[in-house]
Amino acid sequence: MIHNKPTRSGRLLTALTFIFLYAPILVLIIFSFNSTKSRTVWTGFTFDWYIKLFNNDAIMTALGTTLLVSALAAVIATIAGTFASVGLYAMKRRPRELLLQVNNIPVTNADIITGVSLCILFVFLGKFLGFELGFGTLLIAHVTFNIPYVILSVLPKLRQLDKNLFEAAQDLGCSWMQAFTKVILPEIWPGVTSGLLMAFTLSIDDFVISYFTAGSVETLSMRIYAMTKKRISPEINAISTLLFLVILALLIIINIREVQQEKKAAKKH
Amino acid sequence: MKNNKLGTLPAIPYIVWMAIFVVVPLILIVFYAFTNEAGGFTMENFSEMGSYAKVFTRSFGLSAIATVICLLIGYPIAYAISKESAMFQRIAMMLVMLPMWINFLLRTYAWMSILENTGLLNTFFDTIGLFDLINWIGVKFASDPAAYEPIKHFQMINTQGAVILGMVYNYLPFMIMPIHSVIVKIDKSMIEAARDLGADSKLTFRKVILPLSLPGVLSGITMVFVPSVSTFILSRLLGGGTTMLLGDLIEMQFMGGAYNPHLGSAIALVMMIVVMICMAIMNHFGDGEDKAVML
Repeated sequence: MIHNKPTRSGRLLTALTFIFLYAPILVLIIFSFNSTKSRTVWTGFTFDWYIKLFNNDAIMTALGTTLLVSALAAVIATIAGTFASVGLYAMKRRPRELLLQVNNIPVTNADIITGVSLCILFVFLGKFLGFELGFGTLLIAHVTFNIPYVILSVLPKLRQLDKNLFEAAQDLGCSWMQAFTKVILPEIWPGVTSGLLMAFTLSIDDFVISYFTAGSVETLSMRIYAMTKKRISPEINAISTLLFLVILALLIIINIREVQQEKKAAKKH
Repeated sequence: MKNNKLGTLPAIPYIVWMAIFVVVPLILIVFYAFTNEAGGFTMENFSEMGSYAKVFTRSFGLSAIATVICLLIGYPIAYAISKESAMFQRIAMMLVMLPMWINFLLRTYAWMSILENTGLLNTFFDTIGLFDLINWIGVKFASDPAAYEPIKHFQMINTQGAVILGMVYNYLPFMIMPIHSVIVKIDKSMIEAARDLGADSKLTFRKVILPLSLPGVLSGITMVFVPSVSTFILSRLLGGGTTMLLGDLIEMQFMGGAYNPHLGSAIALVMMIVVMICMAIMNHFGDGEDKAVML
């Protein structure tokens, strides 16, 4: 198409933006190998900070908490969200629209609002029921902000479904659960898995909501926040480098999977 | 409706959950905002807020500037990427998203080491002799050379500029993604039709592509503005606590020494309402029908 050729200035702009986006990350990574604590002067290569990182109990405990809460929250939110999507799909338009509005509240609200509102609720309930903020409240908070994203990724898949499929399965003798697991679930599976991945990454990345709901429990983000306040140690750089590599690997896997799925879909038609 | 066969029952736990953990907490915020510690009705929390008017204007001002910058950079990039091949686009958008998956605090921490007085940029300027040059000129042209104070670094960290930079850096992907996803979905035949009817590429852009990409722009603006206005990390790490924002103010009422959840709730409520009004006005300008797209 004549009108839609990439321009040189467009490419230059894109390149400059990528430099802007990645320069700080590169700095982080490079200085994770610096032999002194200096964050500006290169003094030699070392792996010390990585070794120190793995021997740092506070960081390792925080990492464990983060992984546990993220995995649990993602699984719970995905199961609840998938069933909820089925229910929403079967609903009449009016109540569904209303519920989707509520569903969008945690998505569009600022994190700090979600965080403090849950904080108030937990403190309020804690006074009556006698519990304190901790892992339980942290988990509830994470499930709460994850579910909407699962629904946003599963519901569109349900809409693409042939409406007669479920009925056909039941006519052929399936129970509700059988029809759901054997017919519906395989069809919406890509939506379910991307919802799960989304929920998991959101949970891992979250700081603000955890900060207000975790009480004395500490997630990795909260640990990093505490460390940045004191301005110490390239261990932070080391952990960023490791996280960056994990995320890069995850994203590449997701993308390869998507490309394969698209190819499969193209073959089908 | 055939799909009613599936039944609405599976949604019940979800509805209960959302009622308890989304709706009730918001009601509690409203309740706290209008009460005092003894539980009686009061408007004091709102009148007390008057002394923080500066924080409100600063928060909304800095966020507005950051949003405009994001739009001015993000739109041309989204447009430029959309012209590339499918493979290029996939990789480019992955690269746009990738920094977002790196912990927000770590990204901001990286900027701290770049912007500090003894940071990378200042060290770089020092190495190329920029400060020597400035000081040499300064001494030459100073009215009283003896009183001239040589500069050793540019003050970049702990300024409002640094906070804006942090907002732009962290939220730029939120602007690029929705705009890109809307532009690629524009029906190519629309563009061809405009060209066939004699519009040049500038006119085609102005009359066809720009209006059709408006929903993406609107959600981009929302996705940059909302987190910017409510941040407390950026102001603390890059603003050095000198530029207090709304997020800081709220955080202090809940976690800090100034513990007062009633005032905190009132501020949060007002912030939420002002943001909602801003978004409503913007959506109104963007034609009632074009609702902002959610990613």
